[in-house]
Amino acid sequence: MEILQIIWFLLIGILVIGYAILDGFDLGVGFWHLFAKKKGERTAFIHSIEPFWDGNEVWLLTAGGALFAAFPPVYATVFSGFYLAMMLVLLGLIFRAVAIEFRDKVEDPRWVKTWDYAFAVGSVLPSFLYGVAIGNVLRGLELNAIGDYTAGFFALLNPFSLFCGLVGLSMFAHHGALYLSMKLDGEVAASASKWAQKAWYVFLFSFMPTLAFGVKFCISGDYKIVCMLLIVLALVANFLAFAFNKRGHAKAAFLASGGTIALVMLSVAAALFPNIVPCTNNPEWGLTVFNASSSQRTLSWMLGIALIGMPLVLGYTVFIHRVFREKVKVHND
Amino acid sequence: MDAVLLARIQFALTIMFHYIFPPLTIGLGWMIFMYNTRYQENGNPVFRQLAHFWTKVFAISFIIGVATGIVMEFQFGTNWAGYSRFVGDIFGAPLAAEGVFAFFLESSFLGILLYGRKRVSQKLYWFSSFMVALGATMSAFWIVVANSWQQTPAGFEVVTETVNGVEIQKAVLTNFWEAVFNPSTLPRYSHVITGALTVGVFFILGTSAWQVVKGRNVEFFRSSMRTAIIPCFAVIMLTMFVGHKHGHQVAETQPAKLAAFEGIWETGPNAPLMLFGLPDQENEKNHFALRIPGMVSLMVGGRFDTEIQGLKDFPKEDRPPVAISFWSFHLMFYMGMWMAFVAFIGVIFWLNKKLLDHPLYLKICALTVPIPFLANEVGWMAAEVGRQPWVVYNLLRTSDAVSKSVPAGQVLASIIMFSIIYALLFGLWIYLLKNQFAKGPESVEVLEAEVK
Repeated sequence: MEILQIIWFLLIGILVIGYAILDGFDLGVGFWHLFAKKKGERTAFIHSIEPFWDGNEVWLLTAGGALFAAFPPVYATVFSGFYLAMMLVLLGLIFRAVAIEFRDKVEDPRWVKTWDYAFAVGSVLPSFLYGVAIGNVLRGLELNAIGDYTAGFFALLNPFSLFCGLVGLSMFAHHGALYLSMKLDGEVAASASKWAQKAWYVFLFSFMPTLAFGVKFCISGDYKIVCMLLIVLALVANFLAFAFNKRGHAKAAFLASGGTIALVMLSVAAALFPNIVPCTNNPEWGLTVFNASSSQRTLSWMLGIALIGMPLVLGYTVFIHRVFREKVKVHND
Repeated sequence: MDAVLLARIQFALTIMFHYIFPPLTIGLGWMIFMYNTRYQENGNPVFRQLAHFWTKVFAISFIIGVATGIVMEFQFGTNWAGYSRFVGDIFGAPLAAEGVFAFFLESSFLGILLYGRKRVSQKLYWFSSFMVALGATMSAFWIVVANSWQQTPAGFEVVTETVNGVEIQKAVLTNFWEAVFNPSTLPRYSHVITGALTVGVFFILGTSAWQVVKGRNVEFFRSSMRTAIIPCFAVIMLTMFVGHKHGHQVAETQPAKLAAFEGIWETGPNAPLMLFGLPDQENEKNHFALRIPGMVSLMVGGRFDTEIQGLKDFPKEDRPPVAISFWSFHLMFYMGMWMAFVAFIGVIFWLNKKLLDHPLYLKICALTVPIPFLANEVGWMAAEVGRQPWVVYNLLRTSDAVSKSVPAGQVLASIIMFSIIYALLFGLWIYLLKNQFAKGPESVEVLEAEVK
């Protein structure tokens, strides 16, 4: 029984990491949309993510479904507890989805501009809020005995969690800029590479204070050594991304940035385990991998589904990136 | 306002708006696949034009389906935490399977269908078009599995646990296949899919007819219309046939729902079919009823003396809202009849060729476009309202399923937010569709130049 619960904790971690790495780059591209000066550049940005973003977002849907299936009380507690924040995430995701598809449908400058803003804001809002959500889970939530969140919306906006939001946003902005420098040509790629450097500094300056405060969650956990090791590795990967970017190895830098994201997320998982949602007012009431999981039968069936499904998913992902492997041209207008 | 009522309004709003789009894209997806197949077979450039044009329409609609679908995946947790805790052991798996088996496939191949024309071979392009239609159809399967389990739960047991000193109940899986193929899964799935197909094919028929009336790209839209006539007829006939079978299953597994659909209060043989009437929940009778004696008994059991359970057999607090159930069910039925009529006339005219251009018929086709959308909506309304007051039939009441931690004010705020966004999206959708139709099909030369 225990092993299945741990496997599902890790599998959901993998889905969330897959989402963060993949949708991370197109959310990051949305952030830089605010900074691109020419319309042609913004068109190229959209074209660079157009065939991929929908598939990337499916990782989020699947992670949501898998969390519901494997740890129903966690799904119920977190999503109802973060109600307003969730609604804002949904608002952002709706607008950016529609913006990507509708932007080029009408050739009117105001139309295009409106959708450009919708895309950018719709990307920045979720990127930031994901971090805030993770910060709050790390801190733990105030719960009642059946696991309902009791502290209200504004308690979610505490300094630590807001810093986590900044970490998330700058991490995705960094990742997105590296993606653009890898995927575009010429001048625009060069300026994206500079953007990545800036984002990297912001990431570091927001990560350090967050870490200084977050260390207490790390060392209060049962797996502090693992957690610290992961954080160190994340920083190493992050420095590698910076170095590769500086030398113009765009692809290597992008992969290293993907590695950073994965390691940061894993360190969060290690800091939490075996908790999933710690409870601040009564530690006994926290939701853990062991007290909040579905039955063994459900977890085994789900594992079967994952074993058949995940290779297919990886196959599609590789396939679609191969079909659209060419760089995207930037037109001057 | 009451928090439960608000949560229900929000669910109704978000699911009903979302459900404008998936049926349309399921239907269009298969039609586009048919066009691509025909083009593959005989190289007739009209089919290439048709595939291209309807793929554009598909894309505009699909994206709103995706954007509003994300809301659905999280809404069980945000608004229905009690429900999520009760059913998670069973209900979550199909949602996850839908992501793994259907959404990934659909979204990857959609990328090729929309942006990959110049990058892949003709064969792979054709295959992608198949996979997109298949993905949409498979995703419907998993979500219907989840819904059907709510209607006719199977393969589970209810256990009571003490968590932190509080007694809670939840449903736990005992048999996976029984839960997946519960008594209503296949009847419902077949009706949902055929119903979805009607939206797509009647959309092509009606919008094309309207273009012919307006005299825009007449040749193109005439051929477009002609491709849809036989599918319209076949699909609506199938929908009604499997709908009838679905009705049998409801009679067997959810008798209170059937009684509400038909407005039957008294148990007994010779149950009449009420064509019109105003059910009165309070006084347990119908006003202004127009009935065909014995017809419901005949349809359910094949004999007039088949006994049908009436609503008075169920305690008052276990009865669904009868008027809404009755009217949504009957409207669906009448709209189905209307579609069958339009399609039948179409087939006759089609055999006669020139009659298809009859202006009156073209206008009727155009006016029929909203009908299958509405029929799908009210059909689901009948299914969901007819299940009340239960969220999981006979196991969990809707009032016990709601998120207790979310203040009513926040739900109200999100309802307002979604109403504004959805009104905006609906307006944009109509506007972009009109644009697309005004642009018309791409010329054959441009399209041929695209092929790898």
